[in-house]
This record gives sequence, structure tokens and C-alpha cells, in this order.
Amino acid sequence: MIALRKQRTYILLSLLPALVLLLIFTFYPFLQGVVMAFQNYVLFDLTNVRFIGFQNFVTAFQDAKFLKAMTNSAYWVFFSLTFQFLIGLSLALILRKPFKGRGVYQGFIFYSWALSGFLIGLIWKWMFNSQMGVINDLLMRIGLIDTRIGFLSDPDWAMSSVIIANVWYGIAFFAIMLLAALQSVPADLYEAADMDGAGSIRKFVNVTFPFILPTIIATTLLRAIWIFNDPTIIYGLTNGGPAGTTHILSSLMLDKIIYGGDYGMASAIGVTMIGILILYTIFYLFVTKSEKVGDF
Amino acid sequence: MKPRILTGLKVLYLALHFVIMVFPLYWIVITSLKPQKDIFSFPLQYWPKQFTLDNYIQIFKISKFHIYIFNSLLVAVLAAAIVIFIATLSAYVMARFQFRGHKQIMMAFFVTQMLPGFIALAPLYLLMADLDLINSRMSLIICYTVMLIPFSTIMLRGFFQRVPSSLEEAAMIDGCSRLTALLRVIIPVMLPGIASTFIFAFVQNWNELFMAVMFIDDEALKTLPVAMNSFVMKFDVDWGAMSAGTVLSVIPTVVLFAFAQRFIVEGLTQGAEKG
Repeated sequence: MIALRKQRTYILLSLLPALVLLLIFTFYPFLQGVVMAFQNYVLFDLTNVRFIGFQNFVTAFQDAKFLKAMTNSAYWVFFSLTFQFLIGLSLALILRKPFKGRGVYQGFIFYSWALSGFLIGLIWKWMFNSQMGVINDLLMRIGLIDTRIGFLSDPDWAMSSVIIANVWYGIAFFAIMLLAALQSVPADLYEAADMDGAGSIRKFVNVTFPFILPTIIATTLLRAIWIFNDPTIIYGLTNGGPAGTTHILSSLMLDKIIYGGDYGMASAIGVTMIGILILYTIFYLFVTKSEKVGDF
Repeated sequence: MKPRILTGLKVLYLALHFVIMVFPLYWIVITSLKPQKDIFSFPLQYWPKQFTLDNYIQIFKISKFHIYIFNSLLVAVLAAAIVIFIATLSAYVMARFQFRGHKQIMMAFFVTQMLPGFIALAPLYLLMADLDLINSRMSLIICYTVMLIPFSTIMLRGFFQRVPSSLEEAAMIDGCSRLTALLRVIIPVMLPGIASTFIFAFVQNWNELFMAVMFIDDEALKTLPVAMNSFVMKFDVDWGAMSAGTVLSVIPTVVLFAFAQRFIVEGLTQGAEKG
């Protein structure tokens, strides 16, 4: 009995710092942010803070920039995720079997993961530059184009350009996660498949794929949320420009905070994002029939 | 398809991917080493005719770059160290005990990873203002610590689960308390996991931009990302200095990641598969 009580005290004391800090510096500000979505809360007008119901949402949904950011978010997540996943998976499949120099090779192709999105944005901004940019130069040398493209200044190109940078950034994540999953497939499953005379495609469909499916579902779900929430690459690359054409919801939200000081509007965008995330997660878990992924 | 053709295609694919992944970093390094006139001259030089460290000297001249490096180091190391301390305690408990609320706490940790963090950004600013911590490195140390507690706990829990619990049971039979068993027996076995969690936390702190931009205005307290951010505003055209600054900012994280990659992969997979 005493031992049990001691154990309980131990558990409580160990968890206390983490839980107290999270409560004060994560959940409390977060809830306050949600409340702000229903307030007129502008940094330069703090004497005029008051509840205004759904007014921020109404204003947002009437704003062309916000609607554009909605569709941009969909493109941004869909294309980034699809290409990151497909390229990451193909790499993981090739890298599964050890070969000489594999470790070094992985070190070189995975480093992008250690960089900040902001700096990646800067690096690609320099490469995409319409005058001195190396990408224009390379394309002209190969003969694919004969006039320079304004990758970041041309509204028709800007969104594709930021997505390309984002795909580049995220390939490593999928390659790492899927590689680790592939390496945990038990060898005797393949031996059994070999005995049944299965070819390599059959082996992939019947052994490999089902085994790594939980990882695929978890990583694509989480990654989609992160891509949706993270504006740093866009911030570094175009800052939403030209003329708001590359804003996604999260970068527009950041824009409202940093440049407008409009916390109310920013929070309204954030609450909209939470709504979308919840719907997406439910839909995703329903389609993939894997309630267990959420069961951490 | 013949196996040899297939192997050839694979090698080609890997080579192409290698070029695409490495080229951006190569290009920023090369740009940083070119004299100003060669950066903006045609045809573009893929291998500089002339190497120079002028851009690096320039960036220390136009800014307090050494101070930014110091600030970033201080904040990133301290916050990562505090995270490790707090997350080790909670991860151990989450790995070894089942108790009421266990599942809910785990869920709370995961939920924090999915929220659009910027909703909390403005209230955090107000909170820091109330605590009189605006324009202090303490504000960043607190926020970075809190930001990383959930993920570090999840990651460390994965490592703890791989250490057999018979290890500390044996130590406790020998008379150790649970805490001393943790400190003397389990932590030493866990060192690779703890080191990689530390490095992961350090890299996140080193790279964090938006809280630092919001909280820090004082030139003497700026971290590297904040400084780079204000360079973009001020010296948008000076790509020589910008490249040099970028290279200096990425060196520590790239080196550390190369070193810890294997452990981080293990830790993450464990976290993703078992949660």
C-alpha cells in the first residue's frame, strides 16, 4: 500500500514540470487565441478590444485573398505531399538493400531536413531569381527555354515554384520514415513468398506494402497537417507575393500577425484551419479505415 | 527487364537525386565564395575563377554576427538541455507505468503537434509582456522548451521502451530507489537516444524564427534567424553577404544531423509505429 502510494507520488512528480509548462505556455495561450477569433483584437487599437461574434469569419470569407489562400492551401498540400511521398518511397525502396557508400549517400541527400524552412526559402529565392538565377541559366543552357522565366514574380509560376522548393525539402522525411519501416519487415516473410514463387511485384503488393501500410497512413496524415500548418518556406521565398498569389492559410495568418497586428483576424484564420484539419483527419481515418492510427 | 538494366536505372536515379539534393547547398556555398563582381556577371560561373572570403568579412562588418551566433548557441543549448531534463522524467513514467489519465496525457502531447501553432503566437506575446520578458533571451528559452517537450517525450519514450525493465528491477532489488536506478542504470544505457533527442531539440531551437522575431527587437539579443530575417529586409540585393550568412547559419545543424542521423531515424520510427 505504501509502495503504491510512493509510486503514485513518483509518477505525479515526474509529470508535473511537463504538464504545468504545457498548461501555461501551450494550452492557455492556445485557448486565448481561439477566444480572440471572436474579438476585435488589433495590436494598434488595444483600447477597442471587444467581442464581435463571427464578424472576423464573415470578413475573411468575403476577402478574395483569403479565398485564394484556401485553394492555394489545397494545391500546396496535395502536390507537396504527393511528390514528397512518391519520390521518398522510391528512394527508400532502392536504399533498402545495403551497398557500399550507402551511409554517406544518405548523409548527403537527407541533410535538407536539418535546415530551416526560412533558409531553404532564401536559397531557392536566389536560385529562382529571374535575372541571376541558376535555374533559368541551366534551363537556357539545355535549350528548354529561350527567355527567362520570372519563377517568383510571375503569378502563373509563383505557386508552382514554392511547391517545388517544398517538395525538395520534404523528400528526406518520407525517405527516412519509409526506409526505417521497410527495414523492419521480417525477412522470413520474404522467404515464405520466395517459396511460393512470388516475383518482385507480387512480393511488394502482398508482403511489403501491407507491412508498411500503417507507417504510410501515419506519415501521410501527419505530414499533410505539418505542410498545411507550416508557412516558413513561403515566408522566406515569396512572403506571399506577388500580390498575395502564393499565400496559403498559415502564411496569411502570419501576415496578419506580423504586418497587421490583427490578432483577431489571424485567430479566425487559425480556427478555420483547425476546422479543416479536424474534417480532414476524420475523413482520412474513415477512408483508410484505420481508427487505430489516432489511438496513440 | 534484365537485372543489369534495372541496376543501371537505379544507379542513374540515385545519381540524379543526389545532384538535385546537393546542388542548392553547393550553389549557396559557391556564391558566398565569389567576389561581388562575379556574383552578378554573365555567364554564371559554376566554378569561381577567384575565391574570396570577402562576403564573410563583410557580414561581420555590417552586423554583429558573432553576437547573433552566441545568442543562438546560448538559447538553443540551454533550452535543449532543460527539455532533456523534463522530457526524460516524463518519458520514463510514460514508458514504464500504466495509470489513470495515461492515454489522455499521451493524446495531449500528440495534439500539440498538430495544432496550427500561430494561434498561440499572439497570446504568447501578451503573456511574455505580462511576465516582463519581451526582449529577453529567457522568453525564447521558455517557449522553445515548452514547444519541444511533447515531441521529445514521445521520442525518448520510444527509446525507454527498448530498454528491458528487468534492468532497473534488478537494481531496485539491490537497494536502489527508482530514481537512482533511473540515473545510475537506465540513463547510461539510453545515452545514444538522449544525445539524438538533444541534437534534434537543438536543431529545432537553432532554426526557430517567428517567436524570435516577435519577442526580440534588441540588436544585442537577436538570434541568427532573426538577424537573417532583418538582412532580407535591409540588404535584399546583397546576395554575397546573404549567402555567407546562410552558410554560417546552416553549418552547425548540417554537421550535427550528419552525426546523429542514424539515432534520430531509430527514435522517430519507434515513435511513429508504436506512438
